[in-house]
Amino acid sequence: MVEMTPPSSDVAEVASSIGTGSLPWPVSKVMSALPLAPLQFASNRVLQTALGRRPGLFSRLAEYSGKRFAIDPIDCPFVFLLEPRVEKPTLRVHATLDGVTWDARISAVMLVLLGLLDGTYDGDALFFSRDLLIEGDTAAVLALRNAIEDAELDPALLLGAPQFVTPVLSGNIRRAADVMRRLLGAPASASARGDRFA
Amino acid sequence: MELVCPAGTPSALRTVVDAGADAVYCGFRDETNARNFPGLNFTAQELVQGVAYAHDRGTKVLVAINTFARAGGTELWHRAVAQAVESGADAVILADLGLLGWASRAYPAQRLHLSVQAAASTPSAIRFYAERYGVKRVVLPRVLTVEEIAAIVSAIPCETEVFAFGGLCVMTEGRCLLSSYATGESPNMNGVCSPAAHVDYRQEGTALAARLGGFTIDRYPAGQPAAYPTLCKGTFKVDGKAAHIFEEPTSLNALAILPQLKAAGVSALKIEGRQRGKAYLAAVVRQFRTALDALDAGQAMPASALIALTEGGRETTGSYKKTWR
Repeated sequence: MVEMTPPSSDVAEVASSIGTGSLPWPVSKVMSALPLAPLQFASNRVLQTALGRRPGLFSRLAEYSGKRFAIDPIDCPFVFLLEPRVEKPTLRVHATLDGVTWDARISAVMLVLLGLLDGTYDGDALFFSRDLLIEGDTAAVLALRNAIEDAELDPALLLGAPQFVTPVLSGNIRRAADVMRRLLGAPASASARGDRFA
Repeated sequence: MELVCPAGTPSALRTVVDAGADAVYCGFRDETNARNFPGLNFTAQELVQGVAYAHDRGTKVLVAINTFARAGGTELWHRAVAQAVESGADAVILADLGLLGWASRAYPAQRLHLSVQAAASTPSAIRFYAERYGVKRVVLPRVLTVEEIAAIVSAIPCETEVFAFGGLCVMTEGRCLLSSYATGESPNMNGVCSPAAHVDYRQEGTALAARLGGFTIDRYPAGQPAAYPTLCKGTFKVDGKAAHIFEEPTSLNALAILPQLKAAGVSALKIEGRQRGKAYLAAVVRQFRTALDALDAGQAMPASALIALTEGGRETTGSYKKTWR
């Protein structure tokens, strides 16, 4: 049997191993100069919109709904902390995770995290290719992944667009995101790969 | 050949139906099926809705109730079979002998499939299940060559289903003890191999360490593809040299040999991956739908475009072509 080893963590090294598809550094630089309040406002809005359209969004989490999920876009100067508890779920924005308690942490570049949210990417494939890192409570991460997978969170839905325009708007947003991913060298989405043989 | 596709959630079911599945397999949210993962699977009500969605589009639904019932707790498995039958499922996929016997008596009209978990790999074993319990289809273990499959097909009175894409399992399925050794839980009894609650990933410098039940089972250097945290895919030191002594992290892909499998008399192809996301499901099902349609039209198999979805970034035809012999 392979020997037991003490746990350790090194965020900088993580970032260097899963940074494919990072936003250009000027974008990150500009974002770091901006206040977090507008992003916090937008995050609240997105969460409330998602819960309004998908009231059972977090029901699949069951015993894991009390966990605290750190969602870390490694190419951005902020981190999200999701607490999907049954009573009043919250999505808070922090500048760093210093001093923040979390049970599970999900790290990837922003375009990859957004692609996981709307089902563009397969989480296992991203894990295999090392474009996604998970730490902490693996079972809780799995439950969250499956809850989001089942919720069908289209981009237009998250933006609060009327349902009758959702398919067209989501399609356009996905196509634009695919272009961005190609330009930035992010992992190809399964749908983009699929187009070649569909 | 029928294309049988996985669904871990109602959304996944709709995805594979829309992508061209002939049949969908799924399970309940408990230990009665071998993909008992957190947040995965169906409630009884979700199954009813899923069956309606699939049937409206001409797709069958198969319900996996393929773990081995617990002594003193068989009611859970009986209830699962009853709920599957009541939902209108086209077949239930079972492995436990006692459950097969009970289901064949309680619901004689219900179509029964034999799960790969039963590890039936000889004509005599399969004939026993078919003749004794009326099993209509057997899912063959992933250890047989195409020639062996052809020999089995010619000697049994029921259909065969073989794995075509996804995770590999080289152990005697239904009897593997590796997960139990490390975690106390197994796919056979608890419905989950290497349960996530026992899995821990840590960054160790530039390497990613995967731990299962307290054992470090692999350490992936930066840039090296990772694998599922199962003992059979782990790296172990033997005589001071670290290697994958059981199995390398690689996915099965039988796309290129579909003509041979058809010629062998296989009735159905199974896509593995109830735990996978919709992106994987849509891509894999579309690829195999295209390939099967091409096969029926007498055309060549399309080139595989699924490598990025594979475990370890590699694919194999596995035991279907035992080139190592």
